[in-house]
Formats: sequence, C-alpha cells, structure tokens
Amino acid sequence: MSILTYIAGWPLLAALALVLVPRNYRVIIRALAVLATLISAVLAVKMFTQFVPGTNGFQFEQQIPWVESLGISYHVGVDGLNVGLILMGAIVAFAAALCSWEIQTREKEFYILLLVMTGGILGAFASLDLFFFYFLHELALVPTFIMIGVWGRGEKKNYATFQITLYLSIGALIALIGLIALYLQSGANTFDIPKIIEHAKTNPLAVNAQNFIFPLLLFGFGILVSLWPFHSWAPLGYGVAPSPTAMLHAGVLKKFGLYGLIRIALPLLPQAAQSWAHVIAWLCVGNILYVGWVAMRQKDLNLLIGNSSVAHMGFIFLGIASLNLIGITGAVLIMVAHGFLAALTFALSGYIYKQTGTLEISALGGLCRRLPFIGTALLMAAMAGCGLPGFANFVGEATVFFGSWKMFPSITVIALWGALVIGGIYMTRAIRNILHGPLPEKWNSLSDASNAWRKLPYALLLVSLLVFGFWPKLLTEKINPDAQKIVSLATGSPAVSPVAVRVTPTDAREPRALPETVSIGNPQSAIPN
Amino acid sequence: MLEMSVIGLGLVLMLADLFVPAERRRFIGYAAIAALGVLLVTSLSGNGSCGQFGTAFGGMFVNDALSLFFKQLFIVAAILVLFMAAEFSDKLAEGSVAEYYSLILFALAGMLFAASSNDFTMLFVSIELITITFYVLVSFQRSKLQSLEAGVKYLILGALSSSFMVFGIALIWGTTGELNFTKLAAVAPQFAGSQIFLLGVLLVLVGLGFKIAAFPFQIWAPDVYQGAPTPTTAFLAIGSKAAGFVLLLRVLFTAVPSVTAHWANLLIVISGITILYGNLCAIPQRNLKRLFGYSSIAHAGYLLLGVAALSASGQSALLYYLAGYVFTVMAGFFVITLVMRHLVTEDISGLAGLNQRSPLLAATLTIAMVSLAGIPPLAGFFGKFLLLKSVIAAAQTTHNHGYYCLAFTALAGVIISLYYYFGVIRAIYWSKDPADLSPIELSSPAKLSLWACLAGIFWIGLFPNTVLNITNLAAAALGN
Repeated sequence: MSILTYIAGWPLLAALALVLVPRNYRVIIRALAVLATLISAVLAVKMFTQFVPGTNGFQFEQQIPWVESLGISYHVGVDGLNVGLILMGAIVAFAAALCSWEIQTREKEFYILLLVMTGGILGAFASLDLFFFYFLHELALVPTFIMIGVWGRGEKKNYATFQITLYLSIGALIALIGLIALYLQSGANTFDIPKIIEHAKTNPLAVNAQNFIFPLLLFGFGILVSLWPFHSWAPLGYGVAPSPTAMLHAGVLKKFGLYGLIRIALPLLPQAAQSWAHVIAWLCVGNILYVGWVAMRQKDLNLLIGNSSVAHMGFIFLGIASLNLIGITGAVLIMVAHGFLAALTFALSGYIYKQTGTLEISALGGLCRRLPFIGTALLMAAMAGCGLPGFANFVGEATVFFGSWKMFPSITVIALWGALVIGGIYMTRAIRNILHGPLPEKWNSLSDASNAWRKLPYALLLVSLLVFGFWPKLLTEKINPDAQKIVSLATGSPAVSPVAVRVTPTDAREPRALPETVSIGNPQSAIPN
Repeated sequence: MLEMSVIGLGLVLMLADLFVPAERRRFIGYAAIAALGVLLVTSLSGNGSCGQFGTAFGGMFVNDALSLFFKQLFIVAAILVLFMAAEFSDKLAEGSVAEYYSLILFALAGMLFAASSNDFTMLFVSIELITITFYVLVSFQRSKLQSLEAGVKYLILGALSSSFMVFGIALIWGTTGELNFTKLAAVAPQFAGSQIFLLGVLLVLVGLGFKIAAFPFQIWAPDVYQGAPTPTTAFLAIGSKAAGFVLLLRVLFTAVPSVTAHWANLLIVISGITILYGNLCAIPQRNLKRLFGYSSIAHAGYLLLGVAALSASGQSALLYYLAGYVFTVMAGFFVITLVMRHLVTEDISGLAGLNQRSPLLAATLTIAMVSLAGIPPLAGFFGKFLLLKSVIAAAQTTHNHGYYCLAFTALAGVIISLYYYFGVIRAIYWSKDPADLSPIELSSPAKLSLWACLAGIFWIGLFPNTVLNITNLAAAALGN
C-alpha cells in the first residue's frame, strides 16, 4: 500500500467510524477527526521529505485495477507537481479540523462531512487516473454544499448555497464532459493519465478535437477555480461558509481545477493550449484587476478575503498561460502558498466572527489590543497576501511574473500593478480599520486564542508560509523537473526524455530557464521592484 | 421454465388465500418471496432453462444474455415489491392481500415474457399481460378515490397506446409479412423506403414510449404514480419501465436496425425533451410520489441516452443504469411506504423530523436521492457517467453535433434535479417544527430489504466491474 492511500484513506476511514459513534460523545467525535487529519498531515510530511526530486516517473505509486473493460484503475502517485499540494492539503485539513471547535450544532455530521471532504480532495490530488481524479473531487465537492447550507452564517445563506451549488456543479459537469471527450479522443482506451500522455506522444490528438476539448476543460475547471468572469460564487460562498469549510475549499479544493489544467490539459492538448494561452492571460487580468478593485470596495472582512483569494487565482492562471518552465513552476508555488494563506485568513476571520459576531470592517477596530495573537497573525497573513518577501506567496508571484514577462509583457505590468498596489491598498486598509485605531467599548470582553491548542492551527499555517517563503528550494527543486516535462509536452519542443532534461537543464527554447528559478531560491536577490 | 413457475406460483397464492387464516396472510407474501428467491438463485447459478441460451416456439421466444439480465432484474424488483406489499397490506382492502400478491406475480410473468420476446405477437401479449394486471394493481385501493381515478386514467391511456401498437404491428406485418424480429431484420432494408412500414415502426415505438413514460407520452405518469398504492407505483417505476426498455431495445436493434440507424436525431430529440420535461416539472412538486413520477420521466430520458447513442456501449450503459435504478427507486418507495402509511397526504412535509423518528429510513431516503441525483460514490453516478460517455463517443464517431447538445442537455437536467432532490433531503433533516416525532417501528423484513437496497446502491456504485461485465455481455447479445 502506498503512503498516499493512507494519507487519503485515514480521513475517509475516520468518517466511516464516526457514523458509528453516538452523537453525544462530542469529545470523542472531535478527537477522532483531529487525530485522523493529524495522521494524514504527519504522513504527508513524511512523504514530502522522502520524495526524491527529479526521478523519472512517479513515486509512491500504487495501482489497483477497478473496471478493466473501461481501463479504469485506482492509481495514485506523486511527482513534483502534486507533492507540495498534498502536503499543503493535509496540513490545511489538520488546521481546519482544529478550527472546527467553532461548530456547536450537529457536530457529528459536520465532522463526517469534513473528513469526507479531506479524504476526497487529498485522493483527487494523488490520483493518476482520470476517472478517480474526477470522482474523488466530486466526493469532496458535495459535502461543501451541505456544510455551507447547514452551518453557514448570515442572511444570505440560502442564496449563497444555491449559487455555489449551481455554479460548481455546472463547472464540474462541463469538466466531466471534457474529460470523457478527452478519454475517447485519445484512443488509448484507458483512464490512466500517464498512459494517455504516453499514447499521445505517438498519436497526438487532432487539432480541431483539441480546440473543442480545451475550452471545456478550461471553463469547466475555470468555474471551479473562480476564473473571471465565473467568479461571483466565490466571495459570497466563502462569506457565508463556516470557516473550516472555507479553509478547505478556498485553500485546497479550489486548486483542483488548476492542477487539472496543468496535469491534464497542457500535456494532452498542447496546440489548443498555445492558441488559448492569450485568452487565459486576458481573463486573468479580469481576476487580478477587476476583482482586485471589487475587493477594495468591500465592507465585510470575509468578502474582502474572498475577493482577494479570487484575485490571487489570476496569478496562477497567468503562470499557466505563460507556458514556460518558470511560469508553471511559479503557478504550482502559488497554489501551495495560497492554500496556506487562504486557510489562514479564513481561520482568522472565523475566529473574529466567533468572538464579535460581525465581520463588518467599520464595526471593528483596535482589535490588536484585545487579540494580540490573532491580530498579529492577521497582520502577517495580510502582508503575505500583498506579496511581502519572506512569505511563500512572494516567491510564487515573483516567479510567475518572471515567467510571463516573455509571453505577455503588458499583462505582466498590469498584473504587477494589481498585485502590489491594489493588493497593498485593500490589505493595509483592512488591517488599519480592524486591528488599529480606537477600540469600541463593546469589544472589551474579547479574548485571545487562549492556549497552545487553540493557537496551533494559526501557528502551523504561518510557519508553513514562512518555511516555504525562506526555503522555496524545498518546493522548486521538486517542481522543476516535472514542470519541465509538462512544458516540453505543451510547447511541442522535441520530446526530451526526462533524464536528458536533468543532465542538460537548459532547454533549447528556454535558455535561461533553470538558472533563473534557482536564483529565486534566495528571495533577497530577486525582489522585482 | 421460469415463466411457468412464476405463473404457477401466482395461482398457488390465489388458492392459498382460501386456506390460510386471515391473520396469517402476511406469510403468504413471505412464502412467495422465498419461492422467487429460489428462482433467482437458480437463474443466477445458470442451472435450469434460463442458463440455456437459444430460441423456442419457432423463434418467438429467445433466451440470451439480455433476457437473462432483465429476468434477474425483474425478479429482484418483484421480491422487493412483495416485501413492500407485506408492509403495505394493512392499507389494502380486507382479505385481498393474497390477490394483490398474485397480481404482482402475474405482472412479473408478463415482464419475464417481455424479456424473452423475439416476435411482435409475443411483444404484444407480454405488454398486455403487464398492462392489464397493472390496471387492477393501480386501482387496488377500491375505497380510495385517487386510486380509482389513477386506474381509470391508466386504463384509458394504456388502451389508447395499446391500440396504436396493434395498429403499428398490423402495418408492419402488412408490408413485410414478417412478425419475427430476426426474420424482419433480414427483410427490413428492402422496405426502408416504404412510408407505411416506417409508420408501423413508429406506432410501435409510440406504444413502447407510453410504457417507459417518454415525452410526449408521459402525461399519465405523475397522476398514476400519485394515485396508485405505493408498492404498485414502485413496480410501475421499475418493472414496467424496464420491460418497455427491453422491448424497445429488441425492436430497435434486433428487428429494425436498418431503420433505427436513420432515426438518431429523433431519438436525440425525444431523449433531450424527456430529460428537460421531467426535471423542470419536478421542481414545484410537493407530493412525494408525484415528484417521483416526474423524476421517473427524467430518468426515462437519461436511459434513452443509451438508446440514442446507437452503440453497444450505450446499451450496456442503459442496462447498468437500470440495475442501479432498481435499488435506488425501491429504496425510495420503501421509505415512502413505511413513513406515509399512516398519513392522509404524501406531501414532502410529512418527512419532517424523519431523522429523529427513524435514522435508518432517513439515511436510506437520503442515499436514494443522492444516487438519483448522480453523485459519487453511488450507483447513479457511475450509470450517468457511462451514459454520458456513450453519447460523447457517438458524437465523436458520427460527427453528429446533436449528440453534444444532448450531452449538455443531460447535464442541465442533472443540475436542475439537484434542486428538488436536495429539497427532499432538506425536508428530512432541516424542516422546522416537525409535527410528529413518534419513532417509526420497523419490522425485521422491512429492515432487511432496506439494507439490501442500500447494499445494492453502494455495490453498483463502488464495484462496477461485475455488473458491467454482465451488461456488456447482455448488450452484445443484441448483436450490433
């Protein structure tokens, strides 16, 4: 059994076990959920450290045939693209389980759904089979709707639930049609992703079929990732979602669409990817600029975070659209970094909401005095959100800008502006209004995260952000060789065998590819402004 | 022979009614279930007449992988319906329980004949055996006005569709001189230009469209589903619909494949409209059985996707979907039977607080709804996945863009259906101030069959291999 099966399997097993626990054993229910996610997180860290960068093929692989006649098998494995995502997902899930103390009603159902969601999404990231890839994502998606519908907050709960269910179901189903069409068109008669890619090397898909399937995947996955203009479900949905759900969805589940684009769409539909790249680039301007502006106008902290998280998706799309090694590496970096960041900010806003009962920015103020720990964490999260060096987000965003400069200089300039100026404005403004200034009388009774146990999730996420901010090499050295494979498939440069890539890291088309990425291993030497 | 044993069993039940004291009538049902169980096991083990593939009665009767698949499906459905009827028996008129059981068995015999029919005469006889028994089954609650009304509606529309079908058969026979499917297939290409022949085929399809409740012959379904006694509704939703589909498959792909090949667009349109009609009309429904009526129209549309794909993978997907559908719908109707038997109306609000009254019933209905909506890891998801796959494959091989439109229509249908299926789930768990919180007592046979349905839903959803191999074989028997 691969370690990946355990990482995704423990939460699902725990969910099954919870069904049998009577509902008034609250402590046991909670302990079981926390324990299962902790085991997952520890195993994920172990897997991450044991991962050997740059080896040919996948590691920790496991394959069990499931439906032979259709070529579906349970196939898991990691390479540089998903190793970081699984680590991030497992840590965020653990933090989300720790933060779930704010749920006071129907705890049993909540924890079951949370664990199903965790297992589903970790399994989806580990999956190397198209069918399971989709299947496990869907398994994780449905609990999201139920959790928002039942434990959501605010007056707009029903509307938001309805909207998010509709949007995300449409997105998922469009992507499903795209995936089925891809499976049929590839002619490989298997759902196994590596095998399809191998088959496509000798029998590439017809260009008009590619041009039909790529938009299905782009917009299907795009809706799931809140690509502009299909983003409107996100801020509202996250605004009403209970914070553990928002943490897991915004942090982890949302990355599924991006991961799918990189893992499936780019290598299998290279010509279409090239002709659609500029469309993606322009759409991501919508994410970065338009949604950034929208975020500036928000009066509610959760809506602000939700919008800013949509804006961050724009950088990832930009990295994907640049279709070169640096861009893709940067995109994967941001996916990991943003996962920690989104989880952290939603956890913090959830804490503030639990204490104050409101997230109206104008009603808050001076909270740093009463909540020194939470306030500091929020400040750091906000700084990470505007791309301050030292946090993992900076590394990713800088890398993406380096990568996209060659392809889309003008868009990169706009995006830079959006990232540094607009992001800076709304983040610092929110910080000033929430944490500083006079403290309203009614907030005198607030209490900070009291013990180490309560502080743990926030600290854990912050530490992860800082670790990958100061040592991005941990990730880049893993991502690089596999991003190189994707890029060489996507740009149609002569199929270089992965071993050759390692020996001569400079690809003919990207002469400066590797040295630049390595240089950003040291944040100080690569500050773009 | 399987059919003979079932008819014999039905007759024995009627006779047994005379000798068994009234308070022990429930056990007649259990005896029938046991007997059907034996038949199912023999058919599964491949012993007896079912295992021997071939034809009988001058090619009128065929035994192949397809008929075997459907026979097993019908027997499973009948067993579950008999369990349900045993729970429902106190609502039926005094002393008529055994009659109800034997009518179910006669309908089952009709379905078994339908699964094996390879001739238009056989087709008509089996359809009539099913339909006429259902006239009685639908109006069985003689004291209940709704039930009688449903019976009359079903009678009028059923008779109308039967007459269409007879007319169609007459036209086919008149032009080609053949009634046997296999022989007809050989001569049909010569008549491809004959308007009368095509009209005949079309009229037969009208009759079958009525059985499966496809648009535009779906009008009866919601009323009859609502008015009929719940076990009858369940048997209508599964048995009658599946019988319609097996005949449809035989007619389209064994008897007149040369005609069918030109009718792809017709099938695409019917399937698409059926999906949209069923799903859209289900949205405002408050009566649970009526909701199921519309949802069954929508599911007829999904099943037609597999027919419209005109491929072996489409037919296999259809059969797979039906296999999952049996357990899902049976689970749903079982819960309705148990929850609603003491209520006057069958409104969705009657489900309020069900999770406190009986967690097992609540969980079963939830899982049934989730499976009908097509959410993994349940049976409905994999079935829909296969259907969609076959439709997209058809689009890629034929370059007919109608198939892509059909795939997107099906998606739209799935998304619409999320709304009303989740509405039911919401009524179970989150309705405000439920009126009645008394726990619901479940008899052990009821529990057993609920668990069986649940196991079926999960098994077909999680381990598709076994069933898929069977359905692939069955689809191959149609001989494309």
